[in-house]
Amino acid sequence: MAQKVSVDISRRGGNNSNGAESCPGCKELLSPADLSGNAMTCPHCGHHFRMNARQRIELLADSGSWSEIAGNLRSADPLEFFDLRPYPDRIEEAEYDTGLSEAMLVGRARMNKMDVILVVMDFGFMGGSMGSVVGERFWRATEEAMETRFPLVVVCASGGARMQEGILSLLQMAKTSCAVELLAEVPVPFVSVLTNPTTGGVVASFATLADVIIAEPGALLCFSGPRVIEQTIKEKLPEDFGLAESNMKHGQIDIIVPRTELKDRLVQILGLLEGGVACALQPLWEEEKSPSRRGGAITQALNRIKAFANSSRRSPKR
Amino acid sequence: MPTLPGVHLKDEITKISQRLKELGHGRHLDKAVWDKVELARHPKRPYTLDYIEHMFAGFIELRGDRFFGDDPAIVGGLAAYQGRTLMVIGHQKGRDLNSRTLRNFGMPRPEGYRKAQRLMELADKFGIPVLTLIDTPGAFPGIAAEERGQGGAIAKTLVCMARLNVPTVSVIIGEGGSGGALALALTDRVLMLENSVYSVISPEACAAILWKDSGEAHLAAQTLGMTSADLSRLEVVDEVLPEPRGGAHRDHSAAARILKDALEEQLRELETMNPRVRRKERFDKFRRMGVWKENGLTLF
Ligand SMILES: [Zn+2]
Repeated sequence: MAQKVSVDISRRGGNNSNGAESCPGCKELLSPADLSGNAMTCPHCGHHFRMNARQRIELLADSGSWSEIAGNLRSADPLEFFDLRPYPDRIEEAEYDTGLSEAMLVGRARMNKMDVILVVMDFGFMGGSMGSVVGERFWRATEEAMETRFPLVVVCASGGARMQEGILSLLQMAKTSCAVELLAEVPVPFVSVLTNPTTGGVVASFATLADVIIAEPGALLCFSGPRVIEQTIKEKLPEDFGLAESNMKHGQIDIIVPRTELKDRLVQILGLLEGGVACALQPLWEEEKSPSRRGGAITQALNRIKAFANSSRRSPKR
Repeated sequence: MPTLPGVHLKDEITKISQRLKELGHGRHLDKAVWDKVELARHPKRPYTLDYIEHMFAGFIELRGDRFFGDDPAIVGGLAAYQGRTLMVIGHQKGRDLNSRTLRNFGMPRPEGYRKAQRLMELADKFGIPVLTLIDTPGAFPGIAAEERGQGGAIAKTLVCMARLNVPTVSVIIGEGGSGGALALALTDRVLMLENSVYSVISPEACAAILWKDSGEAHLAAQTLGMTSADLSRLEVVDEVLPEPRGGAHRDHSAAARILKDALEEQLRELETMNPRVRRKERFDKFRRMGVWKENGLTLF
């Protein structure tokens, strides 16, 4: 099932590949090296620049640990959708521009030696929009997580449902929600990371269904877009509308984590979530001296007492 | 063929044929599609409470989400029906200026979805089948609605519906507008009245984004495939219910009779199933949603 990543770096154009750009946060001039050396955040003011899927995997996955799942799924064109251009042309262009096969990549990875199922979205691929392939890849990710009992980490970046697949895109919200429910019945820990921007159908499905919701500073997170709201209520929106900080104030997310600390925090949170199981199993893996085997040890121990794990206390609610 | 330096004939040909396709494609507007959009939004079309009045002898409306408030854009309650109890939940639009404002044009806020969840869980507790009636332009796009977690409320409603152990049936009776509609439509059976529409985005908004011109809404409606015939072909709805001649607005009680008969048939089938199997089939049904290619094959 697992296969090598289909990300083709060589095809990426990369705007400003040589030139410096000015930070929208503090106006400092930043070279590409300044940014890439600092997880695409401004070293002066901490402004978070958009990160593509490849950079995200590099940031989170231990070097060489990523192996893609379901990379061979591709969009079809069920509606023969044609606005100003045919849908297949738009897909082809997105593939060319990003070097990705879709707006979501799914894979197995290790984070600080902990096994996880890692899902990353890329806003550069048709606005990170959710169509049939994104929905199916998400389903496969949850299946893999259920099978391996590795926790699921999903990094979201999306403008919402993909219009070009019409109603089928809308139904992906139902599909991914069903997937989350099955995962929860096991249960396997699921943490989502909401990055700028995460809006629309993704917010109204898996992104907000995670056990723990992390957001990056300054990220726009909302269901309806600011423009739609302004047009509806005919008012100007407050400056902090929909930002991670505002979502935090209103109780919609758990924690805001700067990107430079993201990986460590994720591992810490996943460890604590697994603690409920992990603490009960401590004697079983204490003998595992090598810390590099930690993730594997938990899994092995889990398998050994599957009967226990599936019995009374941890059984599905119904 | 000699070409000037810097002129790439292939590119030019591609551009021209592209332009030809643009001019030719989709410009033959099928008037019937937009007629359906207008019928689905017809101000005299029966709404949820109209169906409830015609279909059930006794109905007790239950209100409030127990957290924040009561959202009049979603109504719900218990109804006596053919020797059993049903939980009926639906979007509610208003008919005159006052009731339209009260019902917020059928656009729910988070408390509406949380009320729906509460009622569904109540139904589940007592083994009462759930019927949902879908008729909304979409979830309300407002600041306060966002602050109270509009997206999360919809997502939790989807999970709530997935989880139910009782039989569930939804009927798209008018406008099925985006996530705000889908939130109540994750059911064992999804039915649709003939002149209803169901779409990922309103044709006006779609046209504004893709054609940069909301005047192209007719074209967008056609391209999005939002009619009952389209959705039946895509296997998104299980059954299309015919409407009284001229549309449901012409005869509310006839429309209600059609809905009642269809509901009875679906419930009879669902109720005989093993609850575990029924629940599993619901997950399987939504797992299959979508069309994609895997190793070059197109999969439904
Ligand atoms: Zn800066």
